[in-house]
Amino acid sequence: MHKPGMVSIWFFIGMILLVYGIIITGAGIYDLFNPPPHPLVLANLHSGVWWGGFLLLVGLIYSIKFRPSKTK
Amino acid sequence: MNATTRLLSLSPVDILIIALYFAVVLGIGFYLKRFTKTGEDFFLAGRDMTAWIAGLSFLAANLGSLELMGWAGSAYQYGILAAHWYWIGAIPAMLFLGVIMMPFYYISKTHSVPGYLKLRYNEPTRALSAISFGFMTVLMSGINMFAMAKVMQVVLGWDIGFSIWMSSLTVAVYVTLGGLLSAIFNEVLQCLLIWAGALLIPILGMIEAGGWNGLVSKIGERYTHMWSTMGNFSDNPMGIHWTGIVFGLAWVISFGYWTTDFLVVQRVLAARDLRSARMAPIIASVFKMAVPIIVILPGLLGLAVLPMKLVPESVAAVTGQPSYNAVLPLMLARYCGPGLLGLGITALIAGFMSGMAGNVSAFATVWTYDIYRPMFRKEAPDAHYVTVGRWCTILGVLVSIGTAYLVMQFASIMDYVQALFSFFIAPLFGTVIFGMMWKRTTPQGGFWGLLTGTLMSLVLYLWVKMDPSALRYVALSPHAKALAEDMYRALWSWTTCAVVTVVVSLFTKPKPVAELEGLVYGVTKIPHEGPIPMWKQPVFWASIVAVVFVIVNIIFW
Repeated sequence: MHKPGMVSIWFFIGMILLVYGIIITGAGIYDLFNPPPHPLVLANLHSGVWWGGFLLLVGLIYSIKFRPSKTK
Repeated sequence: MNATTRLLSLSPVDILIIALYFAVVLGIGFYLKRFTKTGEDFFLAGRDMTAWIAGLSFLAANLGSLELMGWAGSAYQYGILAAHWYWIGAIPAMLFLGVIMMPFYYISKTHSVPGYLKLRYNEPTRALSAISFGFMTVLMSGINMFAMAKVMQVVLGWDIGFSIWMSSLTVAVYVTLGGLLSAIFNEVLQCLLIWAGALLIPILGMIEAGGWNGLVSKIGERYTHMWSTMGNFSDNPMGIHWTGIVFGLAWVISFGYWTTDFLVVQRVLAARDLRSARMAPIIASVFKMAVPIIVILPGLLGLAVLPMKLVPESVAAVTGQPSYNAVLPLMLARYCGPGLLGLGITALIAGFMSGMAGNVSAFATVWTYDIYRPMFRKEAPDAHYVTVGRWCTILGVLVSIGTAYLVMQFASIMDYVQALFSFFIAPLFGTVIFGMMWKRTTPQGGFWGLLTGTLMSLVLYLWVKMDPSALRYVALSPHAKALAEDMYRALWSWTTCAVVTVVVSLFTKPKPVAELEGLVYGVTKIPHEGPIPMWKQPVFWASIVAVVFVIVNIIFW
């Protein structure tokens, strides 16, 4: 589905995952240094940091691989 | 419900993530409007989808909020038996669509499933199926809407009206602007966001429960076996016998839904060529087989680790306790901090919106091509039909909002969905499969089979409603729960359709064989795909999926 001039859907997906990854990793790191008064179950695993990092990495790869200048 | 009784609160980071999601899906709609000029673009996305895009969209259109929250709730209630709706209740039918049925839909170049019935049978059969499909679609859309709004109310304290209007109007805007192209684009995005937002729950849940063995020891063997407890109706939490699952679910409901429900078939018709159209359901089947990881497993984990007891919707309405359908949001709240919680809620909203977009885009196509054009205005410029399609999208959303409140009358949302399927999908499957596989089937046979099958389903439903003791005849057991009843009612409905179709066909005149070319097995030449390597052939991948399907059933026997 690449009509002339159309940006790939995978680029949109990459961008939103990249932005989400940055926000979630940032929030996870903030929680790491400022633990909430009532921690969640398994808070010691710091899932925000590694899950956010994973989204950031996937988003970065897709954003670069499907960037508009490359797919046109 | 006011904000003080909600189960969890969102932080500003969570709200930012949800707001970004709404901005992106609306942005995609506005961006794609410039690429949606013709009827082919609006209703079939230009028939230019790759197998992967069509496959993910095919799956996402089925992943409504009911699929996420409803089936997670069903897993909490019925245990791993709920996974039957993902494996035997989906995979064989999806493979059958890709390998056997897709060529007939694709070669006929129909815009819709009712359109195929017009070509194969006649105008009355198309009209009957189009009207029943339109009716079912807006009801399903309303069910999806209510499911999401209700959970958002209980979990987040959001006003039910706010959830309904905010999400449904967003869908209305992006589908009206970009038609199926926009719906598919967003469905692929939503599909991946659902996985990104929901996959963390089973990972953390399994760590807390102590792995699979720890989970089984907490909830018991009765909830973790798929087949071994189905020898008797009373041995399993669903009150169902294996015959109901195999013949009612796997044969009638599943084949009916995955091969004739235009909501999902429309996505595959948008594929760029026949091989992509055949591969799309096979690709989707791989992901479908994995969906229990993010839906069924969290439901089972909720049963094991949540401190509170969840109750049926009818009890929750009286006591204010969280219902089965709230299990997924509760598990999100258990493990997800700021940011992750927003992503999880986004996944639930994305699930709702992909399901609703699927419903309204299919509704707009069927209404425009199968009701409006043949009945009201046969000859009009292409642009006129695109305009009608856009208005139908808005109309479909508004009617869906109205029907959302009907759902409140039913104790369990998922039970209601299965009841709807048995009304419309079960007989439709009989009509399509006989028409596609048996050239002797006549237009009269198809029409009367469809009509009597639908009526049989309605009569059986009303019979049990008025006299609950009739359950022993309809579902073969007085212990059958609502889901089990639906499976057997679908089976009777399909059987009625099949018998009437065959008998009427034998006494009426069939269409000439020349008119059946491209529509019926045995008189259609399937285009040869040329010399392509084995690993690119749909049959090869379908075989691999089939083997994995058998293995997972044995593992969880």
